Amino acid sequence: MRAIWIALLGVAVLAGSASGATKGGSIALVAYSTPKDAYGQIISAFQKTKAGNGTNFSQSYGASGDQARAVAAGQPADLVALSLAPDIDLLAKKGLVARNWAANAHKGIVSDSVVVFVVRDGNPKHIKGWGDLIKPGVQVITPNPFTSGGARWNVMAAYGAERKAGKTDKQAIAYLKTFFQHVPVQPDSARSALQIFAQGKGDVLLTYENEAIYAEKKGVHTQYTTPKNTLLIETPVALTKSGAGKPSAKAFYNYLWSASAQRAFAAQGYRPVVKSVAKNYHFFKPAGLFTISTTKLGLNGWTKVNTRFFHPTKGIVAKIEKSLGH
Amino acid sequence: MASGRAGGALARGIALGYLSIVVLLPLAALVWSSRSHGLGAFWDQATQPEALAALKLTLGLAAISALVNAVTGTAIAWVLVRDRFPGRGFVDAVIDLPFALPTIVAGLTLLALYGPGGPFHVDVAFTRIGVMLALLFVTLPFVVRAVQPVLLELDQEMEEAAASLGARPFAVFRRVVFPNLLPAILSGVALAFSRAIGEFGAVVLISGNLPFKTEVSSVYIFQQVESDNGAAAAAVSVLLLGISLAVLLGIGAFRRWRTRYDSA
Amino acid sequence: MSKYVLRVTALGYLAFLLLVPVGFVFYRAFGNGLDAAWDAVTTGRAIHALELTLLLTAIAVPANTIVGIILALMLVRTRFRGRGLLNAVVDLPLALSPVVVGLALYLLYGRGGWLGGLAGHGVHILFAVPGMLLATMFVSLPFVVREVVPVLREIGTEQEQAAETLGARPLQVFRRVTFPAIRWAVAYGVVLTTARCIGEFGAVSIVSGRIEGKTETLPIYVQSLYAFDFNTSGAYAASVVLALIAILTVVMLRIFQPKEEAL
Repeated sequence: MRAIWIALLGVAVLAGSASGATKGGSIALVAYSTPKDAYGQIISAFQKTKAGNGTNFSQSYGASGDQARAVAAGQPADLVALSLAPDIDLLAKKGLVARNWAANAHKGIVSDSVVVFVVRDGNPKHIKGWGDLIKPGVQVITPNPFTSGGARWNVMAAYGAERKAGKTDKQAIAYLKTFFQHVPVQPDSARSALQIFAQGKGDVLLTYENEAIYAEKKGVHTQYTTPKNTLLIETPVALTKSGAGKPSAKAFYNYLWSASAQRAFAAQGYRPVVKSVAKNYHFFKPAGLFTISTTKLGLNGWTKVNTRFFHPTKGIVAKIEKSLGH
Repeated sequence: MASGRAGGALARGIALGYLSIVVLLPLAALVWSSRSHGLGAFWDQATQPEALAALKLTLGLAAISALVNAVTGTAIAWVLVRDRFPGRGFVDAVIDLPFALPTIVAGLTLLALYGPGGPFHVDVAFTRIGVMLALLFVTLPFVVRAVQPVLLELDQEMEEAAASLGARPFAVFRRVVFPNLLPAILSGVALAFSRAIGEFGAVVLISGNLPFKTEVSSVYIFQQVESDNGAAAAAVSVLLLGISLAVLLGIGAFRRWRTRYDSA
Repeated sequence: MSKYVLRVTALGYLAFLLLVPVGFVFYRAFGNGLDAAWDAVTTGRAIHALELTLLLTAIAVPANTIVGIILALMLVRTRFRGRGLLNAVVDLPLALSPVVVGLALYLLYGRGGWLGGLAGHGVHILFAVPGMLLATMFVSLPFVVREVVPVLREIGTEQEQAAETLGARPLQVFRRVTFPAIRWAVAYGVVLTTARCIGEFGAVSIVSGRIEGKTETLPIYVQSLYAFDFNTSGAYAASVVLALIAILTVVMLRIFQPKEEAL
């Protein structure tokens, strides 16, 4: 009897150490909630290349903020593919990612998207622009900005669109306050926001263009519309310190900007960042597209915006949520 | 069992060591974490509007489902013990299903059946009724299994005597049977309540987790953990645990008071 | 007359709440045919989830059985201060929400926790199998104890004492006298423990990080398929596996049921 006990303990220890150990050919990818299908394709293609032959991957998908915190808390990761740069900067501050992670030809950005409106089939409430979101009776689904990266893109798209329409900073913030009054629930991630919308909650969902395309692929009864003024979403990838020490992880990182990986992204609705690939696809060009660094609209890059709007206690959004009783 | 002998002491040592590592140490870390920022911070976190709303909802729904179970559980136990019908053994076995079925599967099927697109064209997803359904599912066996053995042991002579004296069936139940069942029903209710306030897997899908509307404490705690707000999660957890223990102790004391003149 | 009303109401309630949902899982799982359902549960990820679930169960159940019997013997046969406290501690896992269990482990083994330093030395508890094992052991601890304790009380100590006076050593007493008397209670407790291990979701979900193909159990896999991949038929197919195990559990419980309660 005692022998069995010891044997079982041994199995447990082995199982534990096996999952903690990192062999040369195993790569841990931690990503935000939506790009699972895209990375699935890219990983398969990479494993057929010479550099990727024999590698095996572990993948974890979830809300961008939560995933960053999980990696900071010890979740193993060789590559982090998150929704926005500040989530990776958080890891850089903790020494888990090199400080110069964004220093490549594409500034660490691996794919683009835009903020779009997903509505029910037929668009019964005729939602076209940002003003329609705050019409009486309209319910907007957007994730929780303190867990989800997509939510932060949504909020800054709303703010930027108001500024682009000529409003002042104060008026744009007032719009945000009205906007949040129309949000009945804030799911934790972009993917779970889609899930809740698909189940019938809300009239319009704010999300990535690629997520709207995913919904259509999965047969959800929705359609999407791109507002004239909207924000360019730039999603980054970085090698962690542990990934930087693995040749296979570095090879995969570089592979993400190869033509075949960028094409795989495009096939899933992500806008490629490599120009030679992008010119073969005809993604819709919103007339009033702006970025997080369009300073004349008050968007001074993510570092400043993140602090100003999304600081957990002093940020503008935190204050708005508090005043609304959330 | 020889106490004091080396083998016995070793076995006890292993068992207590295991218990400490697996149960006591993590709970100690939990209690420590909830007080590590001071009592003020603890109270702050525990009384955040969203946390309070979740707590109220949790306690309310658990109480209602416990009461519903008191009635339905007793009725089912009655039918199983006193009634004879084909398939009785099958029905008796089925009562254990909520113990055996993973909560997430229970939640998934309830959502599929009683949510949007379900075959009965009824949609209680994202409503408190949906949460109630999930709670009723997982707490079904407690009152039934508590009452059944007592009913089996019950001597029916008193009931027959009362009936022969002219009492109608419901009066017989109320005056003769029910007082004997009450301690068992209370036991079952306490267990059902305790289970209901902590239930997570069955609830998390069908409730939609709308804050202030259908978000229960277990989901709130989960979300705080995911957001790395260990302090907020710990505060609400300790509060929930305290309430659970208080209810268990209270009902236990009430039971002992009610049965203080009964022989063992 | 009222007898029939009561019977119909009670059975109707049971059918509505229990049987229809469980039957529905099977219906939806096989909605696209047997092949599609089979495909969904034989992907690498699904098989890993099943294997991990079984591994955790295979370790936690024997551990909790052995410790459970020892604790039951302590609680019934020996007198010591703190016996009431031990009783309460053993029952604690039943009163705790699984989420709270996961949180406690997260606080203990996470960064900044008392044992958070272990990760730095290569011993990974969170986001790995050991943490999931601890969570599974925690939530399934009480069952064997609670089944064995009443039986131990009932059988009394005369036979054991008789064996001792005849010269039997403690282990012999246990093997020849005590264990045969409690073995059905142990079996019943083992079935309950096993069911709890297989079905555990909340606590394991928190400590595992839900890493696909690495730290997903079958219940976590079901939830991920449904809520994340929009793969409802896959989620139902995996649920059927769990439902079949649950039905097997119910059958085993019936077999091992203490004789007085059997109808």
